[in-house]
Amino acid sequence: MYRVAPELVLCGFGMLVMLLAPVVPKARHGALAFISLLGAGLALGATRFVALYPGAAYSGLVRADAFSVFVHLIVIGAAFLAILGSVNYLKRENLDAGEFCALILFATAGMGVMAGAHELLTAFVGLEMSSIASYVLASYRRDEPRSNEAAMKYFLLGSFATAFFLYGIALSFGATGSTHLDLMTPLANDSSHTLLKIGLGLIFIGLAFKVAAAPFQMWTPDVYEGAPAPVTALLSTGPKAAAFALAMRILASIDGAAPVWFWALWVAAALSMFAGNLSAMVQTSLKRMLAYSSIAHAGYILVALTAAAASDHMEAGIAAALFYLVSYALVKLGAFLIVAHLGGEGERHVNIEDFTGLGRRQPAMAACLSVFLLSLLGLPVTAGFLGKFYIFNAALESNLVWLAILLALNSVIGAYYYLRVIVAMYMREPEIEIAAQPVPWTLALVLWIAVAGTIYAGLFPARIIGYATRAALNIR
Amino acid sequence: MQQPYLLTILTFLPVAGALALLLAPDDDHVLIRRLALITATAEFAISLLLFRGFNSQLAGYQWEELHNWIPQPPIHYHLGVDGLSLFLVLLTTLLTPISMLASWKSINERVKGFFICLLVLETGVIGVFVSLDMFLFFLFWEVMLIPMYFLIGIWGHERRIYAALKFVLYTMFGSILMLVAMLWLYRLTAVAGTPTFDIPQIQSMLSSGTITLPAVTEMLLFGAFFLAFAIKVPLFPLHTWLPDAHTEAPTAGSVMLAGVLLKMGTYGMLRFCLPLFPEAAHKFAPAIAVLAIIGIIYGALVAMVQVDLKRLVAYSSVSHLGFVVLGIFAFHVISIQGAVFQMLAHGISTGALFLGVGMLYDRRHTHLIKEYGGLATPMPVLAGLYLFSCFASAGLPMLNGFVGEFLILAGTFQRHADWSAWAALGVIFSAVYLLWSYQRVFFGAVTKDKNASLPDADLRERGILFLMAAIILWMGMGSPFFTRRIEASAQNVLQLMQRPQAAYDAGVIRGGAEMNSMNLNRFAMPANGNNAGTVNSK
Repeated sequence: MYRVAPELVLCGFGMLVMLLAPVVPKARHGALAFISLLGAGLALGATRFVALYPGAAYSGLVRADAFSVFVHLIVIGAAFLAILGSVNYLKRENLDAGEFCALILFATAGMGVMAGAHELLTAFVGLEMSSIASYVLASYRRDEPRSNEAAMKYFLLGSFATAFFLYGIALSFGATGSTHLDLMTPLANDSSHTLLKIGLGLIFIGLAFKVAAAPFQMWTPDVYEGAPAPVTALLSTGPKAAAFALAMRILASIDGAAPVWFWALWVAAALSMFAGNLSAMVQTSLKRMLAYSSIAHAGYILVALTAAAASDHMEAGIAAALFYLVSYALVKLGAFLIVAHLGGEGERHVNIEDFTGLGRRQPAMAACLSVFLLSLLGLPVTAGFLGKFYIFNAALESNLVWLAILLALNSVIGAYYYLRVIVAMYMREPEIEIAAQPVPWTLALVLWIAVAGTIYAGLFPARIIGYATRAALNIR
Repeated sequence: MQQPYLLTILTFLPVAGALALLLAPDDDHVLIRRLALITATAEFAISLLLFRGFNSQLAGYQWEELHNWIPQPPIHYHLGVDGLSLFLVLLTTLLTPISMLASWKSINERVKGFFICLLVLETGVIGVFVSLDMFLFFLFWEVMLIPMYFLIGIWGHERRIYAALKFVLYTMFGSILMLVAMLWLYRLTAVAGTPTFDIPQIQSMLSSGTITLPAVTEMLLFGAFFLAFAIKVPLFPLHTWLPDAHTEAPTAGSVMLAGVLLKMGTYGMLRFCLPLFPEAAHKFAPAIAVLAIIGIIYGALVAMVQVDLKRLVAYSSVSHLGFVVLGIFAFHVISIQGAVFQMLAHGISTGALFLGVGMLYDRRHTHLIKEYGGLATPMPVLAGLYLFSCFASAGLPMLNGFVGEFLILAGTFQRHADWSAWAALGVIFSAVYLLWSYQRVFFGAVTKDKNASLPDADLRERGILFLMAAIILWMGMGSPFFTRRIEASAQNVLQLMQRPQAAYDAGVIRGGAEMNSMNLNRFAMPANGNNAGTVNSK
């Protein structure tokens, strides 16, 4: 029980909010958001139980360990910030807060299951739980055609990918006779080795889709652009972290996964970096640019995973990936929430052009967005730099010099388009007048947390990387 | 005797000033300017304390500070100065208040942001010069880009955005590869058993043969570091960002860029490329010298045909910095001393030229030479002081440019007479383009009516230019004050380039006795530095 406490809290509060939604008058639905926040906060606290009672639960379906705790903190923290940041957005867009928050809580519970799962079908249930909630969330602006298109695309392609994942599990089960990660050793005949390889390959495809890695990234820009921006903020952080966590678990736990996945990871990392960065360069919409940039960042994290796969002891790579996920989550949440807010009603002003002169109009917002962009770019003093630093370190430790150089080149390409936004904000005069948008305290709080976290992790990473390393050591 | 936290104070005082500025009201420009200037002046005064207790006999680092920072991977907060960096720190603390004074009246938009950027820039540059940990070095190296980017991009001239982006992307491309090389070096130390980012420690591991680099590895590492520094300097084929950045930047930006930022590149070569990778440095030296000489001549020739006065001064930097690179890669103690001296001299005299050009721009809002002519009549004082800087930059004896160029050429001549001969052409060309442009701008009759009534330099401008002229003269006449303090460290760079194997090979050729003395020296020199280090860091 204790070992799944966060999920229980999340689901409990999700249902509570669902039950309250019809009872509470429409005008007061804002309160539901705060109840959900309370739920997310309690779930964050409940991860303490996971930390206090390490070990397997439900006959090995779920494992409570430092790794699980770390990922729980990322996904629940992301959900917390996403809910807090969308309170005002929902009011502005006239969307119902109750279902929205409940869906986020359910999705987060699913991600939590993925983080703790030590058995593939359990992981699959978690994956589905988070995916289905996300499909609905993506379509939450139901009057908006683009939102519907996003949801439809996400749903169709997502189902396709989950089918791959499931088929992969089936084949691996055939090859090993188990779906428990630590028991999955191929049976003693030649064909089962091949079968396991195919199974693992299919699982990889399913997960690569979820983390938006090339060549399975096609859905990302459309979905991220069409979905309501706070949902995009969540989609680009939580599910990604959970899917990466699952990938790391499989990589570390199944004997023989690392050699099978190594080249797949290598190629996916290189492709994602280039596909994401090169496409992001030519975008005119900031929201879409950030979507492409998250493909590139998935590529960076894949470099860390490749490093883990190439090395006998995987700590360095996995710890680097975990650290990067933290820094990335803070920054992407902040950036998308700023886009959500400044986009104005109906998210009409999400083009880079619309951000010209922001440095004068809203200096605080511009400063926050600059910090986020510089962190995405990987400039020192921000968490993004140290994240990249650890990835470089892990890659070189595994002798992946070429991949490290590709990563270096991509950082420079990235610099080009992130700086373009800063150019717009500070160095050009706006052609059209856009009114300043007063910042509500909820959003201000989220941005403060994100900025402070980004700079804290950029200057004093010792504690976070310490936890990440411990998590990485405990993964098996 | 030595203040334990002097370097920390020097590094972070400007940022503290910038934070204080953040609190100042946006529209109180006078308060903002004063506050910034007070911070920068105090910084300069404090930096003078570096002389007190600086032992010019010691080759190692002084004023060292060592604290733990990040445990995994082991990164330390390690600061220190030696003869190479001492004067570069002072140059930075001197040029910052001067560039603030120079922008006293010309910056009227977003004043607060401007001074904050200048102060943060100062922190970044000083940090680069005093960092003794590769990670810390890289951190400051990158951090410094952002304020410079804003300085060019917001307060620059017409094509500022293009220039700013080009500047950042060029530098970033070089530095990210340097980061990979740093991590690679770190991995090598980890394999050897003591993982560290500490520069002196890596140095002693390499010198003592605890880690030996295979030739290819060494060449790749050297290449990655060198590329980053060569872009910054900039060395000949990589220089194309410089004319744009210099021309488009506001005066203060150009002064800081030419005065200190370029020196980060040559400083990096002295700190990393030579002592850490001597074999590769020797191997590439002829090629680099050729590029440096091409840079010297090409920069001068291109400067000659410029129609834009600021661009002309910018190209003169390409030429002058070519001398510095040549001096460094001649591996002679005199030429290295000359290179360090030339870095300082160029910072002052080119800084003065940019200040003069900036003053003209403040009056006429153009950099085109043809818009001027006969300015000596309406503004004799400015004309006189500008001429003084031109002479300094052209290397007239008794002024600072001469000392640097002479030492470089003399030292290089000992090793490679032909390099020296080619480079000397640059001295002649520099006189041509500087004096010719001077003639067109200041001499003759006033050709444009607008120019006839231009006001001469006011008290503030006179003060700035007189100060620069005084420093130019002092550096020219009193050069031993500088070279004495640089010498031990320049010698040390060459000592550190000796490797056990290399010393052995050299010994076979030159005879055993010499080899013994070389070995003794090699162990004696770093030991000095290390001792100083442990005492200071307590």
